[in-house]
Amino acid sequence: MSEIRTEEMLLNMGPQHPSTHGVIRFVVKTDGEVMSGAMPDVGYLHRSIEKIGEKATYNGFMPWTDRVDYLAAMNCNVAYAMAVEKLAGIEITKRAEYLRVIAMELNRIISHLLAVGSLGMDVGAYTPFVHGLREREKVNDLIEELCGQRLTYNYARIGGVIFDMTPNWDKKVLAFLDQFAPLLDEFNRLLSDNKILRGRLGGIGVISKDDAINYNLVGPNLRGSGVKWDLRKEMPYSVYPELDFNIPVGTGEAGKLGDCFDRYIVRVREMEESAKILRQCFKKIPKEGEALVKVPKKIRPPAGEVYIRTESTRGDLGVYLVSDGSDKPYRLKFRCGSFTAMSIVEKISPGMMVADLIAFIASLDVVAPEIDR
Amino acid sequence: MTPQEIAKNLSQSFPDTNFVEGAKLPVTNVTSGEPSIVVPAGKLKEILKVLKTDTRFSFDCLSSLTAVDRKESFEIVYHLFSYKQKHSVTIKVSLPRDENAHVETVEDLWATANWLEREVYDLFGIKFDGHSDLRRIMLPDDWVGHPLRKDYNEAEDYHGISTTRPSLIQ
Repeated sequence: MSEIRTEEMLLNMGPQHPSTHGVIRFVVKTDGEVMSGAMPDVGYLHRSIEKIGEKATYNGFMPWTDRVDYLAAMNCNVAYAMAVEKLAGIEITKRAEYLRVIAMELNRIISHLLAVGSLGMDVGAYTPFVHGLREREKVNDLIEELCGQRLTYNYARIGGVIFDMTPNWDKKVLAFLDQFAPLLDEFNRLLSDNKILRGRLGGIGVISKDDAINYNLVGPNLRGSGVKWDLRKEMPYSVYPELDFNIPVGTGEAGKLGDCFDRYIVRVREMEESAKILRQCFKKIPKEGEALVKVPKKIRPPAGEVYIRTESTRGDLGVYLVSDGSDKPYRLKFRCGSFTAMSIVEKISPGMMVADLIAFIASLDVVAPEIDR
Repeated sequence: MTPQEIAKNLSQSFPDTNFVEGAKLPVTNVTSGEPSIVVPAGKLKEILKVLKTDTRFSFDCLSSLTAVDRKESFEIVYHLFSYKQKHSVTIKVSLPRDENAHVETVEDLWATANWLEREVYDLFGIKFDGHSDLRRIMLPDDWVGHPLRKDYNEAEDYHGISTTRPSLIQ
């Protein structure tokens, strides 16, 4: 009997694949179940947002920032507004700052809910995903009451935010937070303490501290590797210095430091911290102050450039803005967390099982439009 | 350290280098926003290496790498950041604006530069010498032109698919 011949197989995963979280393609080299590498192929959702930025006026570009990362549109709105404000020297009121932070933290909760829920679904736990979506709907209703939109919020403006909160809106948010805390406990019992999930994620896709910094991973992916770094704390902006919260980091409790579980659990714990921030915000928000200060209709920042970094839900979101003194940006660049997170797949994937690649991608929480812009 | 202090320390490390003609200190301060350090293209790699390895700077993170089309030249912009020292600096290098614009890769200093340089190559057409995998990243491999150049004109069609559409009004 002759020997059984084996050979490496080239497998095409995506662009339309339920577990790639959007339109991303992976070219997987595999020998049986074990991969010798996965090569990400991105760009399917490239809409040239940076070029559009050069054609739109400063105010007119705001709705486009929603489309950079549609799951964290508030954060993108605010990051862009902050960049223009810094360049044009516009001061906004404290009340507007608080409204921004409230909106951003609500957005962080629902973005993380979807991230951890879909991670559960990708590794076979469907129920917690539906629980996450149910909570997400409640917050969507709250945000809809605030700004009229449920996904692409277009809420921040250069000079503040477009609407102040409606009467009793704060009580509705607090009521949501009150019922959310026990639900998060339930979520933890269902998913985080689940032996199967810990087995599926523990020790898989380990990213070392050095690799994380070298590949410029940001946000929960960086903190999952044990780096205690959060721009809201370390290089505070807006009203974050006045707020008290912790930075959860990965500890390797389900296997090794920097594995998929660490990135997952950091997101779960960040939701608790965001709830904490929200409660403080409603106590500290000043009663007086305009939501939107008066700014010229046509904003013309003086020639110059600025690079703003903010902590979006997917981590450090950088906005590089160059002005030539006209009413349109000369150059606008978004440096996004998903882009760098995707670039590390090629390095980590060799030796991984195909099924673990799914868990690994889900744990990085990449959003395809944010990679491609 | 502030950008000014970094520039001062940097000029001590490279005493023989003329950073910009006529300027002793290599800091350009723009009318508004943040200052940046302009370095000559020939010395770029050496300077970035010092910025990464020298413990006074220890820039362990390349936060962003991008380009700006200044019409008469290309500008490559490096935003460096240090987790250890908690300071950041913007390094710029100016390249003659032609089809052969190229600069040395920094992929070996910061792994994240691999994809960032591919993006700049794709959208600006600037080549990075020594890059391990210089391919288009966003656009299809057979795309004509580099969209973020200021003189880019969109082709009328791509493989027979029109890139324009008649006005919906009328």
